[in-house]
Amino acid sequence: MKITIQRESLHSYEVDLADPTLLEVLNEIKHTQDSSLVYASGCRSSICGSCSMRANGREVLACSYKVQEGDLIEPLKNVSVIRDLVVDMDKALSFNAKAKAWSLVSGEVNPVTQENEKINEVQSDCILCGSCYSACPVYAVNGEFLGPFSLTRVWKYVSDVREDDIKEKIDTIQTNGVWDCTLCNECTLVCPQDISSKADIEKLRARSVMQGHEDPSFASFGNNFNSGFGFDGSPVF
Amino acid sequence: MKNDVLIIGAGGAGLTAALHAKEKGASVRVLTKEYPTRSQTCMAQGGINAALGNNGEDSIESHIANTLKSAHGMANEDAVRHLCENAPDAVKWLDSIGVCFSRDKDAKIAQRSLGGASSPRACHAQDYTGLKILHSLYDKCLSEGIEILNEKFLLDVITDNGEVCGVSVLDIRSGEVEVYESKSVIVATGGYSRVYDKYSTNSTASTGDGIVSALRAGAKLKDMAFVQFHPTGLKNSSILISESARGAGGYLINSKGERFVNELRPRDEVARAINEQVLKGEEVFLDIRHLGEEFINEELPQERKLAKLYENIDPLTDLIPIKPVAHYTMGGIEVDKNSSTCIKGLYAAGECANHGVHGANRLGGNSLLELIVFGKQAGQSAAAYALAHNAAHRAAENIDVNKYAQRDDENAIELDFYKIKEEIGELFYKNVGIVRCEKDLLLAQDTIKEIQSKLHLMGAVDTSKIYNTNRIEFLEFKNILELCAYVVREALDIKESCGAHYRVD
Repeated sequence: MKITIQRESLHSYEVDLADPTLLEVLNEIKHTQDSSLVYASGCRSSICGSCSMRANGREVLACSYKVQEGDLIEPLKNVSVIRDLVVDMDKALSFNAKAKAWSLVSGEVNPVTQENEKINEVQSDCILCGSCYSACPVYAVNGEFLGPFSLTRVWKYVSDVREDDIKEKIDTIQTNGVWDCTLCNECTLVCPQDISSKADIEKLRARSVMQGHEDPSFASFGNNFNSGFGFDGSPVF
Repeated sequence: MKNDVLIIGAGGAGLTAALHAKEKGASVRVLTKEYPTRSQTCMAQGGINAALGNNGEDSIESHIANTLKSAHGMANEDAVRHLCENAPDAVKWLDSIGVCFSRDKDAKIAQRSLGGASSPRACHAQDYTGLKILHSLYDKCLSEGIEILNEKFLLDVITDNGEVCGVSVLDIRSGEVEVYESKSVIVATGGYSRVYDKYSTNSTASTGDGIVSALRAGAKLKDMAFVQFHPTGLKNSSILISESARGAGGYLINSKGERFVNELRPRDEVARAINEQVLKGEEVFLDIRHLGEEFINEELPQERKLAKLYENIDPLTDLIPIKPVAHYTMGGIEVDKNSSTCIKGLYAAGECANHGVHGANRLGGNSLLELIVFGKQAGQSAAAYALAHNAAHRAAENIDVNKYAQRDDENAIELDFYKIKEEIGELFYKNVGIVRCEKDLLLAQDTIKEIQSKLHLMGAVDTSKIYNTNRIEFLEFKNILELCAYVVREALDIKESCGAHYRVD
C-alpha cells in the first residue's frame, strides 16, 4: 500500500504489510527504507500518548490507527513541528500548570464512594496525547487559551470529593478558559480515550456561575444594559 | 545552575524522588528522554500492593512472606520488610495527591487478587493503575514547581575522585551534548526488557540506558540474569493483558480447550507451563468469557480494547491468544538500604535499581509499590547527602562531552543495526528466555561477542542534528548490546535453576 507523509515536503512510501497499524507502517519505513523519517512512539498500546498525529486531516494515535491505501499522514496542528511528525508539546503541556490542574488536599483525606469515583473516572483516563489541542479551533486562533486537556484536568480535580478548596481553581480558569470555548465538540470527536473536554468545560461553567462568576459575553451585554440606568438605578430614557 | 539533586527519568520512581527531595529542602531538576507521562509506568495495569485488608483479612507479614516466597530465597528480607511495611502509607499518600483508585462499597480503596498473593492486595484504578498514578505524580510535581526538562538522552554519569558531579546528555531536539552539574544524581531510568526486542510487553524506550551509564561510572549491577516473563502477552503484538484477568478467575487453556496450570501461581511457574504447551505444539489462550460483560467493562476495560485492536477478537465472546514475553527485569544497579550505589552521591530507584526485594521473581503488584517506597527513599537520601555536601566539583571540566554521543570512527556503515537488534531479540527469547541451558547460552554469548566485534561497521545513517531518532536508537542499541553481554554472562554463571532463571540442564 502507498502512504504519503508530510515532512519538509510530501514523501510517498510503498509498504507491503497486512492490515497494519500506522505505527507498524512507520517502523517498517524507518527500519527498511528511510532511517531519516522521524516520529515519536513508545508503548504501542494507546496509553503513553506519544504517537498522536493526523491521518487524512483527522487526529489519531499511530499505534491504534489502521492504515488505508493512499492515506496522507501529517503532524498535529497548532503546535510547532520539530521535525517530520514530531511536535513540541511543551507549550500545550504548560497549560496544566497555568490552569493549576493539581490536587490541593491538606489534612485527612475525604473518603471516596463508588459513586464519587465514577464522576471523574473517564477524565483521569487522559493520556495527554494533544489530539484535542490539534483539533481545537479556539486554540488555533488564541494561543493563550488554556485548552481542552488542561480544562478536563481542572474538572477532574474540581469534581473530586477529596479536594477541599476549589475556589482558586475556578478563579484561575475565567480568563482564556471556560468562556472562550465555542462548544464545537471537535475535541470530543478526536479523543482516543473517549473524554469530552467540551462537556467538562460546560460543567466548569456551571461551577463558575455557582461561585459567582458570570459569562463575560452575558456580562458585557449586562453592562451595556446597565448603562441605561442612572446612578440611583432608575432607568434613563 | 548547579542542582542539589538531579534525577534522570520521570516515571513513577523519578517523580516520587523529586517530590520527596524537594520536600527535604533540596533544589531539584528532572531530565527525561521522553515526556514524564510517556514513561513505562503508564503501562502498569494490575495494581499496587498494600496489606490494607480492605477485601478480606491481610497482614504486612503475609505480604512479606508472599514476596519472599516468590523471590525464591534471593531477596533481602530487610529490604522486603521495608517495602511491605511502607506500602499502606505509600497508597495513602497516593490517595492524598489525587490518584483515582477504584473503590469498594464501603468507600475504601478496592483490592484485587494477583498471582502469588495470599489475599486480594492490589489497589487499582480499573486496569489503568500505572497511568493514573503517573499522571497524579506529574500534576503534583507541577504544583511544586519542579523543573522537568524533556527529551534529554542520558550519556554519562560524571564523577570526580569517586564522587558524582553531574551528567552529560544528548539534547534530542538540538542534537547538542549538554552537561548538568549536581551534587547528587538519582538514576530512575527503568528496566531493560527491550533486550528481547518485540518479545516484550515494554515500551520501546525500556533499553536500560541508566543502568549502562551507571555501570560505566563504576556502579555495580546485580541479578541481571533474572528477567520476568509475563504469562499473558498478546500473541501477535506482545502487548500486556494484566494478571488481574487471571486473578479475577480467567483460565489458561490450550488448543484442546484443556486447563494445564493453576493460573494463580507465581509468574515464572505459569510462564514455564505455557512454554511447555507451546513446545508441544499447542496454542495457548486466556479465557475470560465467563467473567461476563459487566465485570470485564468495569475491571478490564483497557484489556478488552487492546484485544479487539491488536488481535481482532472480543474477549466477551472469543478466546484471547497469548504467549509469555519479557515484562520486568529484576536485575539492576545494586543499592544499599538508603538507595545509594557504591559511588558517593549516586542513587538509583525503580526498575533500573536492585534493592533486593524481587530476588529471582517479582511478585505482581510490587513494582508500582517499589517506585513509590524506594523513590521516596532515594529522594530523601540524595537530598540529605547533597545538603550536607559542600565539595565544589566542576562537572563540565571532567568530561569529553562527545565521547559517547558520536561514532568512534569514520568507517563506512555496512551493517543494519535495526535488523541486528531484531535478531538479538529473537535469539534472546529462544536462548536466554523462559528456559535456559548451557549450550543455548554459549551460542547467545558467542553471537553477542561477534556483533560487538562488528559494532564499528554499524551506526546512524541519518546525519541530521535535529531530532535524530536514528542516532538515539543506535545509542539505545549500544546499551542493549552491553546489557545482553552482561545478562548472558550471569546466566551462564548461575548453574542452578532459581525463579525466573530456569536451567533445564
